[in-house]
Amino acid sequence: MSNTFKIRKGLDINLLGEAEKTISEIPSKLCAIKPPDFHGVFPKVLVKEGDEVKAGSPLFYDKYRENIMFTSPVSGKVREVRRGAKRVLLEVSVEAAPEQEYVDFGSADPNGLDKAAVTEKLLKSGVWPFIRQRPYSIIANPEDDPKSIMISAFDSAPLAPDYDLIIQGQGEAFQAGIDALRKLCSGKLYLNVSANAGVSEVFLNAKGVEINTFSGPHPTGNVGTQINRISPLNKGEIIWYLRPQDVLSIGRLFREGKFDAGRIIALTGSELKRPQYFRTTLGTSIAEMITANVKEGEVRYISGNVLTGTKIEKTGFVGFYDSQLTVIPEGDYYEFIGWALPGLKKFSFYYTFLSWMMPGKKYRLDTNFHGGERAFVLTGKFEQVFPFNIYPMQLIKAIMIEDIDRMENLGIYEVDEEDFALCEFVSTSKINIQKIVRDGLSLMIREMS
Amino acid sequence: MKALRNFLDKIKPRFEKGGKFAKLQSTFEAFETFLYVPNRVTLTGSHIRDANDLKRTMALVVLAMIPALLFGMWNVGYQHFLSTAAETGDIWQNFWFGFIRVFPIIVVSYVVGLGTEFVFAQIRGHEVNEGFLVSGMLIPLVMPPDVPLWMVAVATVFAVIFGKEVFGGTGMNILNPALTARAFLFFAYPKNMSGDQVWIAGQGDAISGATPLGDALASTTTPGSPLTLPDTMDMFYGFMPGSVGETSTLAILLGAVILVFTGMASWRIMLSVFAGGLLMGYIFNWVGANAYMDISPWDHMVMGGFAFGAVFMATDPVTATQSTKGKYIYGFLIGFFAILVRVFNPAYPEGMMLAILLMNVFAPLIDHYVIQANVKKRKKRWAAAQVTA
Repeated sequence: MSNTFKIRKGLDINLLGEAEKTISEIPSKLCAIKPPDFHGVFPKVLVKEGDEVKAGSPLFYDKYRENIMFTSPVSGKVREVRRGAKRVLLEVSVEAAPEQEYVDFGSADPNGLDKAAVTEKLLKSGVWPFIRQRPYSIIANPEDDPKSIMISAFDSAPLAPDYDLIIQGQGEAFQAGIDALRKLCSGKLYLNVSANAGVSEVFLNAKGVEINTFSGPHPTGNVGTQINRISPLNKGEIIWYLRPQDVLSIGRLFREGKFDAGRIIALTGSELKRPQYFRTTLGTSIAEMITANVKEGEVRYISGNVLTGTKIEKTGFVGFYDSQLTVIPEGDYYEFIGWALPGLKKFSFYYTFLSWMMPGKKYRLDTNFHGGERAFVLTGKFEQVFPFNIYPMQLIKAIMIEDIDRMENLGIYEVDEEDFALCEFVSTSKINIQKIVRDGLSLMIREMS
Repeated sequence: MKALRNFLDKIKPRFEKGGKFAKLQSTFEAFETFLYVPNRVTLTGSHIRDANDLKRTMALVVLAMIPALLFGMWNVGYQHFLSTAAETGDIWQNFWFGFIRVFPIIVVSYVVGLGTEFVFAQIRGHEVNEGFLVSGMLIPLVMPPDVPLWMVAVATVFAVIFGKEVFGGTGMNILNPALTARAFLFFAYPKNMSGDQVWIAGQGDAISGATPLGDALASTTTPGSPLTLPDTMDMFYGFMPGSVGETSTLAILLGAVILVFTGMASWRIMLSVFAGGLLMGYIFNWVGANAYMDISPWDHMVMGGFAFGAVFMATDPVTATQSTKGKYIYGFLIGFFAILVRVFNPAYPEGMMLAILLMNVFAPLIDHYVIQANVKKRKKRWAAAQVTA
């Protein structure tokens, strides 16, 4: 059975710097796993600087869920265990050895295993953290039996990587990953593909999944949007979700018995000389990808896309869940009576700048706020980019006043911060909505546990 | 422009905490951000932001009011020369006469209003909000052309303080500030806000100075007085006495097009105000108890401040309902009540102002019920899931 869902609300932001569809090889020399990528995890480090590790050796674990291991994506020497203020663990970086060695977890056909065996393999190898749950977007709890598992096979965010390209030729690993996931959940496994032409055969031929088709502007590719259409989350229900590359890692674990953290990363953004794809490793240092590839001027490096990504330094690392690195100009400048100019180069959701006369134009947008923070004034705008049956502004206000009942009633379980990214973008009052939503989710986790 | 920026950068520290003029920080900030969009960059969340901010938003709303303002200025002169039959003005004489009458009202409204805002922002230590850019233009447009300037000043101060700042400033207020100003004058100085002596600046005695609304109401209160309305199209174009900006439905619709196209105001509210007004008009036609009830509902749309209220006042996003469904209900009730008050209550010839203020107060209630419906739906779905699970 396959359904087609047409999403009407949303916004596509056309940016310059789409990645060329070529994949270059850059074996990663330095990788890092960053605990801040995992909401609600309290890391306990297991290694110290200078330790030798193999790919798949544990680096740290979650203090409150000790079976959830975070393992090294490469073999080599632990270079740094970096801590920030109050000794918060920021990253554990590993320098890759020229020859890669893998911890052997033993290959197995997932179809012949039961849930416990599959779960144990995933936990021990450090692949488990790829499986996240809604609500809250935290790492899934191995003891749960989720209502269903969702895989969004496409990304609709600005300059998003093309998973059809990434997945090419990986049909067997993908299927093995799907087979393993099916053991984890008594409900359905959904694979949501884009309605655009040219969806990879790997996705279309996957067995044991229900394939649904989605069309429409961003955030159509967000798993939150898809869950909302297919089977909205009710209080107490849990849905697990993954990205296609995560499924590949699971598949390779079962086929080859090792934690293969190979990743294809899209290097995108207007400030790159040559935006393209790189075959590298999970959590790779971005230094080599951007060497001699970035234009003049002050730039912002973002692990992820411009709407939901994380700001990183030029010596930083790609995030655990990201398959994209975006480089855009910094917006640290004053603009003389900028609010009154015609604005041909400015992108706006509103028809207030003359750039509306040029539909389809691609923009070079920077990190400037374009205005000061204000109280909420305009209404009805969030609703136009928020394809949920939820009142976004009312929910945000409920979070701001920390009214748990109200948050629950207004649908906090069905959303996470990435679903609000476009609301934040179009907010004329320049309110940091994603942070508010994350704070609200953290509050819910504390209150409900 | 570099020199100006350098100058601002040079004097900025003096306005910051610990500086000599730290007490004027908000004021400095207001001027600085007026001249330059600040260099603040995103740190978390979405790294890029929409180019539209509240300054641009408010500037566009002001722009949408310009057609009504320009026509209003011309009409002030036109009505003046019409009433003093001795002189007749050409288009520029009309406009000039109106300009020198209306411009001082605008200046007073902005200077007094912004002054109050600056003082409040400074006391509270936050940035000056742009909201008054719109209110400052709305106030002159809803004043009779003959209004004394000191009254404008008093009303503006009242509106800014009690209509807005006591609630926490732009975005927090319950009542539309510009209408609060008008309502304040209407109840405090009724002689200057109603009757047939205030709607024509420098009124001569060649014609009666009553507005069509006043005439219509007089026909119901004074037995035997006939009801003669001007031609509907004349009223649509705006050739009648009235508040500065309210007379020309055509100019107001032009503003409506700008507002709706740019997405700055809700077409849902505008449309439903007109729908509510028309329905009430037709109901009155059906009852037909007096001559006023019998006038065409379409005449109601172009008389008095109905169109102006529908387009510029009812759509104020802060004081209107926030939910989509709520907007239809809110707008509809405004139109409905405006006509009801007009025809039934001889004390209030202009029902629009009161209808909008009333619905401003009820807007949160309407939203509450609309949102409760959403909550109920969600709870029902939860309950259903519990049963199947």
